[in-house]
Amino acid sequence: MSDGQAARRLQFEIFRFNPEDKDSKPHTDTFEIDETPFMTLYIALNVIREKHDPGLQFDFACRSAICGSCAMMVNGRPALACRTLTADLPEKIHLYPLPTFKLIGDLSVDTGTWFREMAERTEAWIHERLPFDPEAEEERMSDDIAAAIYEGDRCIECGCCVASCGVANLDSEFLAGAGLNRVARFMMDPRDQRSDTDWFEVVAGDKGAFGCVGMMACADVCPKELPLLEVYAYLRRKMLGAALAKNDD
Amino acid sequence: MSSKLITTDVLVIGGGLAGERCAIEAAAAGHDALILSLVPPRRSHSCAAQGGMQAALGNCVKADGDNPTIHFLDTVRGSDWGADQEVATIFAEEAPIAVRELAHYGVPWTRVRGGKNKYFIKGKEVEIDEPLENDGLITHRDFGGTAKWRACYAAAGTGHAALYAVDSEVVRLGITVRDRTEAVSLIHDGTRCIGAVVRDLRNGSYFAVMAKATVIATGGYGRIYGQYTSNAVINEGTGASIALDTGIVPLGNMEAVQFHPTTLTPSGILVTEGCRGDGGYLLDKNMHRFMVEAEPVKQELASRDVVSRHMAQCMRDGNGVDSPYGPHLWLDIRHLGEEHLRTKLLEVWDICRDFVGRNPARDLIPVRPTQHYSMGGVRVNKDGQAYGLLGLYAVGEAACWDMHGFNRLGGNSLAETLVSGRLIGARVAEFASGMTLRTDTGVAFDALAAAEQKAKSWLARSGSGPSIYDIRDAMGETMMHKVGIFRTGEELAEAVRDLGQLLDDCDNAVLRCKDPGVNPELAFALRLKGMLRLAMTVAKGAEARTESRGAHYRTDFPLRNDRDWMNRTLVRWGADESDPTFSYEPTGIVDLPPGHRGYGSDERIEMTESIEAYNETVHKEQTRHGRLETVETMGSRLRRGAWQSVSG
Repeated sequence: MSDGQAARRLQFEIFRFNPEDKDSKPHTDTFEIDETPFMTLYIALNVIREKHDPGLQFDFACRSAICGSCAMMVNGRPALACRTLTADLPEKIHLYPLPTFKLIGDLSVDTGTWFREMAERTEAWIHERLPFDPEAEEERMSDDIAAAIYEGDRCIECGCCVASCGVANLDSEFLAGAGLNRVARFMMDPRDQRSDTDWFEVVAGDKGAFGCVGMMACADVCPKELPLLEVYAYLRRKMLGAALAKNDD
Repeated sequence: MSSKLITTDVLVIGGGLAGERCAIEAAAAGHDALILSLVPPRRSHSCAAQGGMQAALGNCVKADGDNPTIHFLDTVRGSDWGADQEVATIFAEEAPIAVRELAHYGVPWTRVRGGKNKYFIKGKEVEIDEPLENDGLITHRDFGGTAKWRACYAAAGTGHAALYAVDSEVVRLGITVRDRTEAVSLIHDGTRCIGAVVRDLRNGSYFAVMAKATVIATGGYGRIYGQYTSNAVINEGTGASIALDTGIVPLGNMEAVQFHPTTLTPSGILVTEGCRGDGGYLLDKNMHRFMVEAEPVKQELASRDVVSRHMAQCMRDGNGVDSPYGPHLWLDIRHLGEEHLRTKLLEVWDICRDFVGRNPARDLIPVRPTQHYSMGGVRVNKDGQAYGLLGLYAVGEAACWDMHGFNRLGGNSLAETLVSGRLIGARVAEFASGMTLRTDTGVAFDALAAAEQKAKSWLARSGSGPSIYDIRDAMGETMMHKVGIFRTGEELAEAVRDLGQLLDDCDNAVLRCKDPGVNPELAFALRLKGMLRLAMTVAKGAEARTESRGAHYRTDFPLRNDRDWMNRTLVRWGADESDPTFSYEPTGIVDLPPGHRGYGSDERIEMTESIEAYNETVHKEQTRHGRLETVETMGSRLRRGAWQSVSG
């Protein structure tokens, strides 16, 4: 908290463009507001919209870094706006929408379509199960495996990794950190019956695990600190194994 | 703006757990289902449920001997006898199936580790030997108001894991989801609901959906409490609001509003009950565990209404910790240790780090009670059918089904979304199979035109007028401070006056943004009147209910009054009517007689009528209030007297 310190005057430079407005051209607007203790970008952006520009578009839902709605470029880095404290930023704050996703307006982008397409493409659900038997006891699973799957399941699909990825910025079909993490999550799940060969079709090749050029910005920006380096290593190991097995056939 | 009309078999309004689970059932039965969602469905507020989902699997030692009957007992006691006991029975019996089905969909439930396990119980560390034969089963943690450990969980991200698994099933089935859309009115002819008018939040255009069945699954209305809520900013009660607008469909028990004991100060962000379930405790400014004296048996794990009241009283007595944002108390989970906190309570760890800059292994967490859950909602029968309009259903927090009565137990809402989604989804599917799509598009086009006109008239207002955001903030202040944890007739009357003024202000408010497209100011303005109307039904309902039951606590009527108030509030308020109309129906067939909850006050005004006489009236009275006939007869799912086999 900034008790005892002089409150800062924050200057926000915000990207603006409303595709629904024929007269709108991409530009930036600057707003000045007084910083308050514990101010987050969630609070700041609402102050700007309610006091300065009621047309400003941005997305928040949970405002507690759980839902993944509010990712944006904060001084050049993708971040969740709701949990970004202004106290951690300089007085001049530049806000831009995430690249790689379709712009809806100002800071709002369409992550929903990207993630639904990714889920369809990778068939991100448990495969080849027997039908659910409501009478039966649950299948057993060791708590260690459950914990490992949960680790992969923690991705909130905010899109920070996609926006930070050099490959995804050039190739809209690249699965990027979130997509590959999703694949790894199902691959390690013993309930999913897909074989390494099945997975090979999904994830090998330059749209998947071998498209990554290893800059690993995804791991640096992930707000959930998912172990994306390990995810890539895991996928490549599995896919190399599958490729070698294929050649043996 | 392009106007259009689309058709589907089953329209589901809301892409959270309840709505998606319902859509899965309809799609699996071969129906064309369409889900509308304000946000991409995985961002729905279901994802914020942290600590657990109640289901009586009885898999760990502290859950040994658990069964649906005990779960039923806990739920009815938790509800302070406000619940429909048949619905609570159905719920408790189906919850284990719902949990196991989620495992089938892929949820990585935390599992039993056979062998020695360390737990914290009532402030003491204990070691319990989990039998090896239970290794790998879904395990449980303790939650408030339950006789057994019953909450199944995936760390503190249970809702997230459940929502992702259920949404993956939606994707697998190829169900269409239109995210960034909002239903703004229901299309109906006075007897049957035939769809909804929808605003596209990408571009501000409107379209109409005609459907055989329409399901409201829009969650709660916590945002009528302004900033004083743990709810997401999207929890504005739009589904309840458009049902209320019909003037035909009643909302049930709107005054039953839950305050969660531990939300972060100042942001109101939820800190799961699992913290106390896993052995955390509450401290006042003198580092004193006040809950031990207040509730010797359950301590920090009494029901939420009871714990929240003790906390509020503690702060009223001057024992809160002062802060620039008003007083708060401390949640202490330091003794659980970093390893536990960074695995089983990982999300709490993150929230403390991100929003108050604290390390919960070393630091205390500043908390206080904040609005959390809406027990009230669209009143439906046990099949999920809304009273009064054929073809309209409601499910999850948006509905008043009503298994929570006047206080919901922690972990029961996540379970409700899946249980009711499955069951009501099946009823919706049956209904849709027997219906043909209505083709009288006139009603739909009229509703569409009316919705578009509403937006135009907001934009046409000019001059100076109140700001919609000032009205919203004033509503929040009124609701928290006059319709909050402790209520009095005097303050409630003031709240009603305040809200009346704010409704007038809303009619005179002027927008500053006239931009084409979605126009965020217009989007909120279009919801604001509905939110104020919901707030008014809460305040007036609370003013009329001159007793204390569950979360509805009147300091001027501190006793539960089973003689006069063993009933459910119903409120109807057509969009063009000046005042709401209240009526009261019996809660449902009573099997477990009203008694002491096992925590909180044991004083009450007893029922004078016999339970047999009360039960005689239920069918007739509820039918008179608009209840539609259910597929199975009323009371058929009750397990009459089963609770007598449970000791304590």
